[in-house]
Amino acid sequence: MGRPIPVAQTGAQGPATSAGPCATTMLRVDRLVTRYGAIEAVRGVSLTVDEGEIVAVLGPNGAGKSTILASIMGLVRPASGTVHFLGKDVTGMEPEAMVRMGVGLVPEGRRLFKELTVNDNLRLGAATRKDKEAAKNDLETMFAMFPILKERRNQLAGLLSGGEAQQLAIARTMMTAPRLLCLDEPSLGLAPLLVSAVFEMLLDLRSRGYTILLVEQNALQVLEFVDRAYVIRSGEIKMEASAEAMQDEKKLLHAYLGVGD
Amino acid sequence: MNTLLQQILNGLTLGSTYALLALGIAMVFSILHLVNFAHGELIALCAYAMLGLRYLNAPWIVWVIGGLAAAVVAALAMERLAFRPIRHASPVSMMVASLGLLILISFSLEAFVSPRARAIPQPEWMNRVFLVGGLQVGLKYVLIIVVTGLSLLGVLLLLRRTIIGTAMRAAAEDFDAVRLMGVRADRVIATSFALSGLLAGIAAVLILSIRGSVTPHMGFSLVLYGFIGNVIGGLGNLWGAVLGGFLLGFAETIFRAFLPSNMSGFTNGLLFVIVAVILVLRPQVLMAPKSAARV
Repeated sequence: MGRPIPVAQTGAQGPATSAGPCATTMLRVDRLVTRYGAIEAVRGVSLTVDEGEIVAVLGPNGAGKSTILASIMGLVRPASGTVHFLGKDVTGMEPEAMVRMGVGLVPEGRRLFKELTVNDNLRLGAATRKDKEAAKNDLETMFAMFPILKERRNQLAGLLSGGEAQQLAIARTMMTAPRLLCLDEPSLGLAPLLVSAVFEMLLDLRSRGYTILLVEQNALQVLEFVDRAYVIRSGEIKMEASAEAMQDEKKLLHAYLGVGD
Repeated sequence: MNTLLQQILNGLTLGSTYALLALGIAMVFSILHLVNFAHGELIALCAYAMLGLRYLNAPWIVWVIGGLAAAVVAALAMERLAFRPIRHASPVSMMVASLGLLILISFSLEAFVSPRARAIPQPEWMNRVFLVGGLQVGLKYVLIIVVTGLSLLGVLLLLRRTIIGTAMRAAAEDFDAVRLMGVRADRVIATSFALSGLLAGIAAVLILSIRGSVTPHMGFSLVLYGFIGNVIGGLGNLWGAVLGGFLLGFAETIFRAFLPSNMSGFTNGLLFVIVAVILVLRPQVLMAPKSAARV
């Protein structure tokens, strides 16, 4: 509405943000560069996520969104740049170690263990937790949050429908007791009604104290549920703003995303 | 009728050892997509460890425990020293490395122990024979079948009931997703190698009870049978490998029983031809193989 949207330049650190004057920065990514062979998938991306926020990274196919999450999580090693979680340098740390530190990733396409039961999928999430009592309680919490999973607990995960599979994927990662929950395109392959349900679920999780970072192609719908968003294209951050500000500037958003939404 | 029952018993016995071999190979393949041709060397190492313990006049139970321990330690050493450094190489490179190990170990046994067969006389009680309804049933055959059955049951329980077993089943489907659960990749891989070593050791003890002697290259033909059992049953499918091993054992028994005696030298050759024909006609083999290429 006439207010300029701050555009993050490549290489600059994102501004401290909206969660309040005393908010802890949970995740800080600085000038991340990740290559697949000769191709630079991520070119100097910087972003932050404060405690209690829901932040989205939006972009078209192939923009590098998944690679950012993979780099944070240690599934791929960045060529340069840093990742700090709760003030600690975790750049390039292995996924197992990232999980121990409190970062969880619900990967693209969910990657459920189809030959295992719903119950086994969830149990695996808690496999490395020291506090078995807490893990058991979390399992009950997951069943309360996702009653369909409780109903289907002894069925093979491969038999679940799309929406149910997404619930299991999220619940499974939640069983690792993360403080920061990362989701890679949670709406992929889901009908619009289910997409809303997934996003509502994320709001619920935030109210329970989780911090969330998600990447999505599905721009407009997701903006209603997040606090802030970054727009990425061809491996670079093109835009960063609060969700409201972005919703006000739909035309600009469409231009950056390069896709009519 | 007696002959038929006798042959069934023989087939079950031979099939049991091949099933254990095939399962040991499948265990590692399902998670790492590595065909470990050095798996047979684990059997040879166990057998030679037993030879050594026998030489020291240890009682049978000590040889067995020592042999099993040797196989497990050798398997863990293989993983740590030979395969872990090249874990991110292509499956073909890893297979070539396993061939290198095969050559290294078998020729070392030849050079440092003896190129000739060495006998390991089995304990007397193994030679007992029971008469069951006119059928002569050797104790060692029953032992082989029972021990194999218990081992398979043990593996099943491990995979289904324990967390590490569940992690191994999951890793066979999607290794990186297991790491996202915080489960250490190293631990899962080491456990699968240890388990394959244990299975190789058990197979070695059972095979030795029939053969009674060790040769430095005994691992080679054994691993070939184990590999074929895997291929018949569908690479990467654990219970397919077990089935494949049993089928191979029965096929070989039938050939040996019914081929005219002047052709018995062709048994193995015929067996391999049949397997080749199966592969050509029905490449998807018996049980759906777990896809080796995960997208």
